[in-house]
Amino acid sequence: MSSQVKEASPRRYFYQGDPLLAPPAPDLALILDRHKGQPDALITVLEELQEHYGYLPREALEYVSRALGFPLSRVYGVVTFYNLFQLNPPGRYVVRVCRGTACHVNRSDEILKKIKASLGIKEDETTPDHLFTLQTVACMGACSLAPVVVVNDRTYGRMTPEKAVDVVEELAAEAKEEPSS
Amino acid sequence: MTTTIRVGTSTCGLAAGAEAVYSAIDAYLHRRQQTIELQRTGCLGACHREPLVEVITDSGATLYGPVTPERVRPILDQHFGPAARTIAPDWVVSRRADKADYPFLGRQVKVTTPLCGVIDPASLDDYLAHNGYQAIRQTLGMSPDAVIQIIKDSHLRGRGGAGFPAGLKWEITRKQPGALKYIICNADEGDPGAFMDRTMIEGDPHRLIEGMLIAAWAIGATKGYIYVRAEYPLAVKALRRAIQQAHEYGVLGKNILGSGLDFDIAIKEGAGAFVCGEETALMHSIEGLRGMPSMRPPYPSEHGLWGYPTNINNVETYASAPAILLNGPTWFANLGTPKSGGTKAFALTGAIKNSGLVEVPIGMTLREMIFDLGGGCKGGRPFKAVQLGGPSGGCIPAELIDTHIDYEDLKATGAIMGSGGMVVVDDTTCMVDFARYFLTFTQSESCGKCVPCRVGTRKMLGILTHITRGEATTRDIDKLLDLCQTVSTTSLCGLGQTAPNPVLTTLRYFKDEYMAHVEDQRCPAGVCPLHGMADDAAKMDEAAAQVEVAI
Repeated sequence: MSSQVKEASPRRYFYQGDPLLAPPAPDLALILDRHKGQPDALITVLEELQEHYGYLPREALEYVSRALGFPLSRVYGVVTFYNLFQLNPPGRYVVRVCRGTACHVNRSDEILKKIKASLGIKEDETTPDHLFTLQTVACMGACSLAPVVVVNDRTYGRMTPEKAVDVVEELAAEAKEEPSS
Repeated sequence: MTTTIRVGTSTCGLAAGAEAVYSAIDAYLHRRQQTIELQRTGCLGACHREPLVEVITDSGATLYGPVTPERVRPILDQHFGPAARTIAPDWVVSRRADKADYPFLGRQVKVTTPLCGVIDPASLDDYLAHNGYQAIRQTLGMSPDAVIQIIKDSHLRGRGGAGFPAGLKWEITRKQPGALKYIICNADEGDPGAFMDRTMIEGDPHRLIEGMLIAAWAIGATKGYIYVRAEYPLAVKALRRAIQQAHEYGVLGKNILGSGLDFDIAIKEGAGAFVCGEETALMHSIEGLRGMPSMRPPYPSEHGLWGYPTNINNVETYASAPAILLNGPTWFANLGTPKSGGTKAFALTGAIKNSGLVEVPIGMTLREMIFDLGGGCKGGRPFKAVQLGGPSGGCIPAELIDTHIDYEDLKATGAIMGSGGMVVVDDTTCMVDFARYFLTFTQSESCGKCVPCRVGTRKMLGILTHITRGEATTRDIDKLLDLCQTVSTTSLCGLGQTAPNPVLTTLRYFKDEYMAHVEDQRCPAGVCPLHGMADDAAKMDEAAAQVEVAI
């Protein structure tokens, strides 16, 4: 019947629907503009993006790929290689249990186990209420205070499994009091 | 002389609560209207006594720790109060400026960290007041070959772990044809249990810049990179500020101090990959690629960043250079042993009483380090072993405690000097579980490029897990040894080549512990969840609780 329509409509749909045709968000453009044309910029750009968004949204990665002139596969390859990069939005509190040697010798595995049980999630998972993300980290370099748990930017030293659970529960209670922020 | 109060506010200090202590001191001084200089410094090294506060008056220096906000008033009243107060003697770390009354600090010889905990790392003037940027002035008056000769005569060896003579490396890079050369500082301190680089950068960032400048002049490089872990936000901040100050002062940029040297430094933040500590992987990461290693040779000195000759050293190596230039190569060489000059910084951690950063002359024995400086194991428990060099290193048992801390002597034990991680373990650590811990780490950090490392470490981890569950046989131990051999000889880069070291050394010195797991299904340290209990989580927790009670 109308082969013309069939040919035209998906194309029109494609172009109209392509989010990358719209100019990137101003903050995204700001990060990209600073590094355009630098062959070594990819990791730096990704770090700045993650700093800004808290994770790496797919759309932002598509912009990065186009703006820096790399295939999306290469961007994705770099993102998945490095532990720092997250493809999913993190919870309000990112709880990182240090698994460094000094922490291990001081039984950080017990701390991890207790926090897992308390939050009901595994490593690299986020609670359904988006309050907590649990991660492990190779070493924070604060070994003399081992075992160490880091929540967002705050480091808690000389932890015990019980103290660590207390920290998590306090944060949960705090978040309940001021849900808006 | 004015009165100064120093508060250590590097990562370890802040984690222990130094910020609240700083505020309390500030409020105290404000209330008393005292004109006393309150200073934020880096870490003095005695991390186990953080937060540390040092009060320096005309009559001497007193170091306090751990200080809490509640302790601030009694402590300061002693010095400035209307009436003298008495405080608990265990609040005082040292009452001497040279710390001779506190061996952990007093017995150190500080070549790369003398200003950590002494100056404000944010202040260029502080660095200048302590001979800062004097060495580069001296260097620029010499020929590059003369500088390289001085580094060679000092017997400085690469402090990243392998111990390649630094002067020779500089010379090889210098002799490469071509005008464009790079130098890279490897500050990707990935070994879990190590924080030497973090302490140095947070406490005294200008020393690293000056060291890199000396190398740049000697090698003929125009561009430098510092590859630093993103896990060290304070260190990154300190470096950015220091580089900015160095530009303003005129020691970075074009025609530095009128010498004709053009040199600039850029910071590259790592993104959490242990393998990026390997030099070829590190360069790929700087280039914006996945941080996978490549075959050597060609070495970076010949074919490095973007194909140009590149000199890579770690933080401590560069930071040694200014002192060598100022004091002469003989002074530095005489600090160490005939083969390796100078000092080495270690992060002394684990089950040790006094943990923290220690810088000691190369050649000191492990006994002096662990007992005289470290104070032995926490709670007086028996010392069992010390692990050097992180996942690439090995365990040295108690019977070899008189081994000298030197590249060759440590290698003879099966361990390595490493970058400086020194983790002490007591009798509550199971050596099989300890080896399994390191393998878990290397297995997950293996980049997957070569088969021996990707598959081999996984298989090794599998066997070790079986052993810790009491499900293995003696044949598995033979298999494990076989795998160690294959992985170490056929892996592409250092990560795989050294991954078996923790297994090999624990098998060599603690074979009876392995056999107890295999033959008697017994974990002598009471750590491993052995057969029959493995699937019963409640029992595992119970066993862990019992261990805790025993501690």
